[in-house]
Amino acid sequence: MDYQRGGPVLKEQLIQVFKDSAKNGLPFKAVREKYIQQFDTDGFPTVKDEEWKYTNLLPLTKKDYAFENTDGIINKEQLEEFILNDTDSYYLVFVNGVLSKELSTITEGAFVVGSLKHNNRQDILEKYWNSCLPQKTDTLVAINNALAQEGAFVYVSKNVVVDKPVQVIYASSNVQQDLFLQTRALIVLEENAQVQITERHQNFDDSFVFTNAVTEIVADANAIVDFYKIQNNTLNCSLIDNTWVKQAKTSNCTIDTFSFGGKFTRNNLNFCLTGEHAESNMNGITLIGKDQLVDHHTFVDHAVPNCNSNELYKGIFDANAKGIFNGKVMVRPDAQKTNAFQANNNLLMTDNASIDTKPQLEIYADDVACSHGCTIGQLDENALFYLRSRGIAKKEAQAMLMYAFANDVLENIKIPELKNKLNRIIAKKLGVQLDIEL
Amino acid sequence: MLSIKDLKAGVEESQILKGINLEVKPGEVHAIMGPNGSGKSTLSSVIAGREDYEVKGGSISFEGDDILELDPEERAHKGIFLSFQYPIEIPGVSVSNFIKTSLNESRKAQGLEPMPAGDLLKMMREKMELFEIKKGYLSRSLNQGFSGGEKKRNEIFQMAMLEPKLAILDETDSGLDIDALRIVANGVNKLRSDDNATIVITHYQRLLDYIIPDFVHVLYDGRIVKSGTKELAHELEEKGYDWIIKEADQC
Ligand SMILES: Nc1ncnc2c1ncn2[C@@H]1O[C@H](COP(=O)(O)OP(=O)(O)OP(=O)(O)O)[C@@H](O)[C@H]1O
Ligand SMILES: [Mg+2]
Repeated sequence: MDYQRGGPVLKEQLIQVFKDSAKNGLPFKAVREKYIQQFDTDGFPTVKDEEWKYTNLLPLTKKDYAFENTDGIINKEQLEEFILNDTDSYYLVFVNGVLSKELSTITEGAFVVGSLKHNNRQDILEKYWNSCLPQKTDTLVAINNALAQEGAFVYVSKNVVVDKPVQVIYASSNVQQDLFLQTRALIVLEENAQVQITERHQNFDDSFVFTNAVTEIVADANAIVDFYKIQNNTLNCSLIDNTWVKQAKTSNCTIDTFSFGGKFTRNNLNFCLTGEHAESNMNGITLIGKDQLVDHHTFVDHAVPNCNSNELYKGIFDANAKGIFNGKVMVRPDAQKTNAFQANNNLLMTDNASIDTKPQLEIYADDVACSHGCTIGQLDENALFYLRSRGIAKKEAQAMLMYAFANDVLENIKIPELKNKLNRIIAKKLGVQLDIEL
Repeated sequence: MLSIKDLKAGVEESQILKGINLEVKPGEVHAIMGPNGSGKSTLSSVIAGREDYEVKGGSISFEGDDILELDPEERAHKGIFLSFQYPIEIPGVSVSNFIKTSLNESRKAQGLEPMPAGDLLKMMREKMELFEIKKGYLSRSLNQGFSGGEKKRNEIFQMAMLEPKLAILDETDSGLDIDALRIVANGVNKLRSDDNATIVITHYQRLLDYIIPDFVHVLYDGRIVKSGTKELAHELEEKGYDWIIKEADQC
């Protein structure tokens, strides 16, 4: 066996799971077959793969996992801490990958907020499932494609604006053994449709949970999607998030990623712009400490002219935290008048923290405006002294400057309660009590 | 109130303050003048507790307590305020939030409850009026995009809010237009009392026409080389520093 590739046991187990559950999966048997074969051939990526250079999966693929668990129980009270309680919302709650009917508010009408497994819109599923993904996908996406059985399904038909945000929670609980979950989401917006979505993975257990998530977002002409990923899981969790967005003309899609928790988090965020005057926004705040790693890999594919993409990622790294930012922008020959802006700013709070940041611009059109900038620095000593000389203690002053540093990402959040909640999470993470309204 | 004895301080490579002696009593106004690079800002920073400067000798006591071991925030809590020569821009923190935090941190240190929001707002309004500060300013990011004069006015506004016992104004007058200078100086005068003291660092006699000092000191090459009353400032305005430097260099 090829131990170098890592996790040969896990690989065989996963292939076995596929065989055992082939009947139970989502209804795309032929496609799923194709992906399990791809996985069989390729195996897990290693640090020799360019895309995984700084992020070693070996510790994750060496573990002995369960792949299914139907014993999870979560009640409403337990969830309260992890959701927006004062914002009237639709909920989709999955416990160990299984839809919780009591905690979810399934809606089917002009729009659907429901599950991939149980819904009456197989036509939509057939049309869009897998439609955002490229021909040849990453191994982790292939695994999810082959094995995912359930997940969030949001479908908004033409001209419909979903009246309240949709909160999606993937909870895990009562896990007897380390658990490897394949979560899946499909979000489809037809012409002129709008929706806001928040997403959270939350473990309520002491066992380790490794989640391999795939989200597809399809935004047809003029649609607007705001998607917020709140990554504040416990330290015995790791997440690989693969999100693929496909945008038609004049659509607008924003994905904000707030990474505070979890031991190992890899975000693969991909946008494909297929219609003119589409706009894509990616923002992120990463605030991590001891033994944590957050890796952002973004990819924007400008395939047509006159589109805008904006990326703003802020990172604050304490203790021995490790950050990776790899922002790839492809401007294809036809994509004239593209505006692509990318910024990645980082603060290293200690000498042991690190960040590898790499812009990757591939520009094949000549009439474009593309810029990128990355900074790595420490907190400004002058600013710190200024605040302290006004009576603000060192820790609070540092926190204030960190807030200020991250502020331009926070200030664009469109759900007020979410903004407040993130402020509180940040304050807690920084160990301060500052009631700063930004 | 403030007693500085033979203070020597500097950065690793060089000694900047070479033995400063200064006594400031409650109710007094001291002006410190002196050529560029003589150590005026360094002295203010050392009093306020900036850690970049190493104190190599001497002492600073405030109301009888040795403060050299105290953190900048602890000195602020004792009532020392430094108005910066170059105020720092802090994007993302609004003026009102900053002042609220600053004021309440000081109150906390004194064992007081945070100031009720209503009272705070009222106080801010009053002081804004005193310094003729425009509305809308409170919600702006601290110093960001402020003009030079606005930054200085903001410093004095903060001083008025914090009501320090000892205020050190480091070149607060530079960058102010004639009207702003008058407004700021009047504000400072209104805040004066028998219990608090002010050190004004300035290059211009003009400010001292408004804020009348009890003493004027000349700092040169890390030492106070001459002290006098307000007439000394007039003399300096006329004759420059050359004559004092010559005197000092002869010693
Ligand atoms: N952190 C530092 N590191 C190195 N040198 C310093 C530092 N701070 C001050 N100095 C030097 O010490 C001297 C005194 O500087 P300081 O800023 O105190 O002067 P000043 O009297 O305030 O001048 P000005 O009138 O221009 O404001 C200068 O030569 C300056 O370059
Ligand atoms: Mg100076």
